[in-house]
Amino acid sequence: MNDFMGRKVSYSSQMCFIPEESTNSVPCYRLLSTHGDLLDPSSINELDKELCIEMYRKMVTLQVMDTIFYDAQRQGRISFYVTTIGEEAINIGSAAALNATDVVFSQYREPGVLMWRGFTLQQFANQCYGNEYDLGKGRQMPVHYGSNELNYLTVSSPIATQVPQAVGAAYGLKMDKKDACAVTYFGDGGTSEGDFHAGMNFAAVLGAPVLFICRNNGWAISTPTSEQFRSDGVAIKGQAYGVRSIRVDGNDALAVYFAVKNARKMAVEEFRPILIEALTYRVGHHSTSDDSSKYRSVDEIEYWRTRRDPVARLRMFLQSNRWWDDENEDLLRQDLRTQMMSVLHNAESKKKPGLSNLFEDVYDVIPQNLKEQEQETQAIVGKYPKDYPSDVPLD
Amino acid sequence: MTVRDALNSAIDEEMSADSKVYLMGEEVGEYQGAYKISKGLLQKFGPDRVLDTPITEAGFTGIGVGSAFYGLKPIVEFMTFNFAMQAIDHIINSAAKTNYMSAGQISVPIVFRGPNGAAAGVAAQHSQCFAAWYGSCPGLKVLSPYSAEDARGLLKAAIRDPDPVVFLENEILYGEAFPVSAEVLDPSFVLPIGKAKIEREGTDVTVTAFSKMVGYALKAAEILEKEGINVEVINLRSIRPLDRATINQSVRKTNRLVTVEEGWPQHGIGAEICTSVVEESFDYLDAPVERITGADVPMPYAANLERMAVPQIEDIVRAVKRACSRSARGK
Repeated sequence: MNDFMGRKVSYSSQMCFIPEESTNSVPCYRLLSTHGDLLDPSSINELDKELCIEMYRKMVTLQVMDTIFYDAQRQGRISFYVTTIGEEAINIGSAAALNATDVVFSQYREPGVLMWRGFTLQQFANQCYGNEYDLGKGRQMPVHYGSNELNYLTVSSPIATQVPQAVGAAYGLKMDKKDACAVTYFGDGGTSEGDFHAGMNFAAVLGAPVLFICRNNGWAISTPTSEQFRSDGVAIKGQAYGVRSIRVDGNDALAVYFAVKNARKMAVEEFRPILIEALTYRVGHHSTSDDSSKYRSVDEIEYWRTRRDPVARLRMFLQSNRWWDDENEDLLRQDLRTQMMSVLHNAESKKKPGLSNLFEDVYDVIPQNLKEQEQETQAIVGKYPKDYPSDVPLD
Repeated sequence: MTVRDALNSAIDEEMSADSKVYLMGEEVGEYQGAYKISKGLLQKFGPDRVLDTPITEAGFTGIGVGSAFYGLKPIVEFMTFNFAMQAIDHIINSAAKTNYMSAGQISVPIVFRGPNGAAAGVAAQHSQCFAAWYGSCPGLKVLSPYSAEDARGLLKAAIRDPDPVVFLENEILYGEAFPVSAEVLDPSFVLPIGKAKIEREGTDVTVTAFSKMVGYALKAAEILEKEGINVEVINLRSIRPLDRATINQSVRKTNRLVTVEEGWPQHGIGAEICTSVVEESFDYLDAPVERITGADVPMPYAANLERMAVPQIEDIVRAVKRACSRSARGK
């Protein structure tokens, strides 16, 4: 019998070790050159002009929002922030290719997906300030957004825990026969976690309709990918789990869009997971608690920021097709800055959530002991108001 | 009815009543369950609802939690809660805290269940009691049944509850049979979460216990009855929320308290109960609180050493007598 536990075995008397490295690296799919030229000019016919312009507008919005929130943190107006600079194409390109009912399990560098679905600049600001309009009721650090309505699960800090969670949700979608998939994002560093291994393995065994989108941006805080893994990146790991995979140029918004669109179709129609490795570069620091010039060269950062900017690349494509011009650009950026200033001012001036938000949502129904603690706290704060912040409403 | 059958019937009935409930864990399907708790369920409900998982507690717990986020109601079985330590980040950071962190947008109606604490001859890595660890986490509900009635009623309550529930069973109790009334056997039977049960009424001293130690406390009470000491035994049933009202009400009646648990002493369940009573019923105590726990060592294997490392009925009897000032403190 030439089979072993249901698989065909091909025997050989040539002792052959699978090499640790293939002679050919996994090919990387791209549609635009780094200067924004369509590599296959005839493919212009498959492109929707309005969609391309909208994608560009959202990429610029993300870039401007990040820049202004980062500065706000530096000025002490918000406590913490994480930028997505350099990864706008992954955020918007993938978001545009998904359906609104696809359930998103992000890491924390994908606000563009939420933005694409309709989360407003004001809502982002409210979360960062933790004010009474924050959908998260002031429970979480900045950038830990979430919205039930937009099918984007609240961001959770531990790395890669969202990967098996997405598989679980995908299993639920499959059981409910929904025309939807689960989508999970993670970085190159996240693939080292045990959860990545378990999530990929399970997704294949269960036949779960889930997209695994890896933002391989070269850095996990100060750990470069050369110290993170020795494989040819992440896409190559797919076959080891029985998962179909693709490597895509993460700074090419159009390539990301089409790769995700096709992957989604396969996931939903064939009940299978797909792994997408999007190559990119983390232009910003890991977060506002990091100064990446301490572990990488400023020249490297500047090169990627100025010469490999995904936003500029899409702009060059649009402008060369006369779908966009400098006037549109100036108007957009000015308008965004004005909006952001107003949004920040609004968020800052709002009250913080009331005291009851400290005790709610621990459980579905507030238990007696927490009700008692709330009453005690209200009484003490009422009695010694000078000892407590003046901007915490007692209700 | 044995505790095993009680658990099996509870899962069976809840899966029949609600198509969103499903079971997953290692060996739960084809093998009928490592301890046969899920016997017959794969045959009845099929592989979509009874999932045999690869060996990755972290993996299948994460998947269970993710499916709960989506709206399913998973029952995640750990072969023992000792192995759940590999998944504890998902239990605490993904399950317990999510309703709070998401401001009520994401609820996690999941049950984590399996054997907890010491069995027999399974030594250090298979004998730890996790009641105190999980019991300290806001966001979790933690239950521990003793009898078949407890097992049925509390597991049904756990499965129906919208919050994440840690359900601590006991391997030795699986085979023990208890009388059950027709009411308990009814599919609609459910016990409230957060209410302790007075297993035996008494007047002289309150003894609190959960899981297997309830049986030991009841036996100790029989021995003490012959010596004229009338013991009230409280079966906690619920570790979090802890039924402080019932415990304090009892101590205000008896004026003496002995807490019993198999787990380690430091930061244990007895420590919390003692503090609750000191805070709320200090004036009613006629004697210091006595705390009976397992020894402060990893569980040894040799049978004689294992016996020394966990509370025995005699230890409970001596503790009650000390609380009643019947003998000198210490040995």
